[in-house]
Amino acid sequence: MTTLDAPVPGPAPTFTRSEASLARRETLGQLMRSKTFLVGAIVVLFWAFWAIVGAHLTPQDPLNQSSDVLKSFSSAHWFGTDQLGRDVLSRVLAGASATLQVAPLATLFGIVGGTTVGLISGYFLGFVDDVISRIVDAVLALPLIVIAVTALVALGSSRVTLIVVIGVVFTPIVSRTVRAAVLGERELEYVQAAKLRGERAPYVMFVEILPNVMGPIIVEATVRLGYAIFAVAGLTFLGFGVQPPSPDWSLQIADNYQLLNAGTYEWTVLFPGLAIASLIVGVNLVADGLQQVLDR
Amino acid sequence: MRRPGGAFQRTVIARFLLKRLALAAITLVVLSMIVFAAAQLLPGDIGRNVLGPFASPADVIKFNHEHGVDRPIVSQYWTWVSHFVRGDLGTSLQYTGVPVANLLGPSLVNSLKLAALAFVLVVPLSIFGGTVAALRRNKLTDRVITIAGLSLTSIPEFVTAIVLIVIFGVVLKWLPVSATAPPGAGVLTQIKFLLLPSLALVAVLFGYIARITRAGVIEAIDADYTRTAFLKGLSTRRVLFRHVLRNSLLPTIAVVATQTGYLIGGLLVIEKLFNYNGIGQRIYVAATNKDFTMLQSGVLIVGMVYLAATLVADLLYSLFNPRIRFGGAE
Repeated sequence: MTTLDAPVPGPAPTFTRSEASLARRETLGQLMRSKTFLVGAIVVLFWAFWAIVGAHLTPQDPLNQSSDVLKSFSSAHWFGTDQLGRDVLSRVLAGASATLQVAPLATLFGIVGGTTVGLISGYFLGFVDDVISRIVDAVLALPLIVIAVTALVALGSSRVTLIVVIGVVFTPIVSRTVRAAVLGERELEYVQAAKLRGERAPYVMFVEILPNVMGPIIVEATVRLGYAIFAVAGLTFLGFGVQPPSPDWSLQIADNYQLLNAGTYEWTVLFPGLAIASLIVGVNLVADGLQQVLDR
Repeated sequence: MRRPGGAFQRTVIARFLLKRLALAAITLVVLSMIVFAAAQLLPGDIGRNVLGPFASPADVIKFNHEHGVDRPIVSQYWTWVSHFVRGDLGTSLQYTGVPVANLLGPSLVNSLKLAALAFVLVVPLSIFGGTVAALRRNKLTDRVITIAGLSLTSIPEFVTAIVLIVIFGVVLKWLPVSATAPPGAGVLTQIKFLLLPSLALVAVLFGYIARITRAGVIEAIDADYTRTAFLKGLSTRRVLFRHVLRNSLLPTIAVVATQTGYLIGGLLVIEKLFNYNGIGQRIYVAATNKDFTMLQSGVLIVGMVYLAATLVADLLYSLFNPRIRFGGAE
């Protein structure tokens, strides 16, 4: 091991570091010039802002019930009121907070898990990879929502189980992407060099390969975030996600959609629906912008 | 078309498909284990859950014994799988004594109807959209189709459905808000009732299929054979249909087939929203009522449909793709 410890030329590390920071600044500059990224970021930041300030700044208390039940738009209630006389505008503004707590954490869980599995699978290949690939295939044969519903019924629904379940379901999907990226790296010279130096497998995987596959992982993370919001919304609509009395958008839709059978009261579901749509489109625009800049 | 060595070609395809079939079989076995394990996680005493808190302990023990849930896990798994293979899915716990197959069968048919209508609408639409986007690459049309498709794909289907219901059901009053046609309704009436839910599915699927088509068409346009075709003096239309689309639709076929499988189970939300008796609705009701015989069979069927669709995709792919047909890709 030590015989290969040749003296490292002095200026090389500092040179690579400044080169790396230059590249990073370049990437950032490109992002700032990407309209797709900027528009998406503004939308996401808007909802993130409302998720943080929550009920403190909304025109009325989103949970406050009144006798003005199912009133259409008026100057007092810009978006009308729901079945319990709650102000729909305030509820829409406050409705992002549960989703924006659960979805990013679930994404993080899935990214960390998937990156680990993908690195192991792509680095070792052979038997380990075969076994992991079969399990991944089996999990991918089921729609996310089916696995999640089954798991949430078994474990009971809470924010923590929601995060864990979505994170676990994301793990195989993310591992696919990471594995593919690792396959592209594992035969390169720097990996060979690290192996020849006698570095151990975890070091080669996490210190050598990981930084070089961060691009696809970051893109995957933003794409996954969109899907996480999608999943939280769907599960909440089915009654397995965020629980009442949270003013969550999907809960508002689940509570009120049957009113549509009466042929009116559309404001109770339309505005929360448009809010979910705008948040997800925002996240996807960010993902698209990142992809255009990083995937080249 | 050239048809060299029919027999050789057939063995190549057969080998390719056998390999895929074997992989799918292994995947199916792993899947059945995962599903079974997940169903075991459902908390509590099954007999107690079904019979309720007032049943006597003796009855609970008797129930558990009759349903075999007091036996070792491995033997329970084996019983389930060996019966499943013979088409015996057991009896529902929620609807006591009713065979699961009698409940899941008609629901699966309903789901397939809905999925079929969605596909009939979405496939031509998204292939057309993807091709137009590719031909107008990086122009405004392309950006609009790509971003609209991407957005529609990522918006939850129940949100799209709500917007569609508000527009076509509430404001314009063109289409029924419910998805279930009155009993004995003709095909056209059934389609009318299924139109709104399937349009919501179309919105979800359009962006994905269009994106794959777009990528395939762009790759084909940039390929040497397309340039050669143009240089030969063929008309644009002829180049597009005979050379570009023929090659670029391969990945699209694969995606369409895999999405079919996904769709069947992904219908959970749409079926609940439209109160439609499909397999998704069954799985949802079984999950909420802890009807685990129904749940595990329903989930496994969804997985099987997906795997079957993937196999069909592989079959079509190998039939249409000369590179696989002639043994180039293995």
